[in-house]
Amino acid sequence: MFETAAAALLATLALALARACMGPSVFDRIQAANTIGTVVVLLLAVIGFMGGRPEFLDLALVYGFLNVVGTIVILKFFRYGSLGDPGEEEAG
Amino acid sequence: MSAAVDALSWAFLVAGGVFCVVGAVGLLRMPDFYTRVHAASVTETLGAGLVLAGLMLQAGPTLVCVKLALIGLLILFTSPTATHALTRAAMVRGLKPMLDDGGGRPSKQS
Repeated sequence: MFETAAAALLATLALALARACMGPSVFDRIQAANTIGTVVVLLLAVIGFMGGRPEFLDLALVYGFLNVVGTIVILKFFRYGSLGDPGEEEAG
Repeated sequence: MSAAVDALSWAFLVAGGVFCVVGAVGLLRMPDFYTRVHAASVTETLGAGLVLAGLMLQAGPTLVCVKLALIGLLILFTSPTATHALTRAAMVRGLKPMLDDGGGRPSKQS
């Protein structure tokens, strides 16, 4: 039962990776990275269930947080061209 | 574990997997960045929701189920935020959506 879900998630991972490689604009790649992050969270949960190890869910939760923060940081870099000097006011 | 809950969680898991794949195929086949964002959100909302629901049924009313609910809550709140920031950053950087102005062309890095 978990194998089918894990196989589907792996297929999604491969397709998202293909979009990450082909993506014309950098934002397609960031979107693919975001999707890969979410799929990895699900994969961690499913593998935790397959292996009978509930600690994987904590890993999945932390990974979900890191994925979102990473996406927001990359977006800030590509939107403002730099991550901003400390203390300099953010232009709108 | 009654067979009904098992069958139901199996159905949820398979449906979640199917929606994940459908979202990823949409991510590949959509012509434009903004349509791909919609396709990717199918994976994040429905795919993740169904897979987590299937796992919750499998786990029963234990701490594991609470952790799965927390993961679902996390995805529910953070993925729209990230998608909004992503789309807004793309728009600000001048990535034009492919509108139906006669010969629509796929989005290019401007």
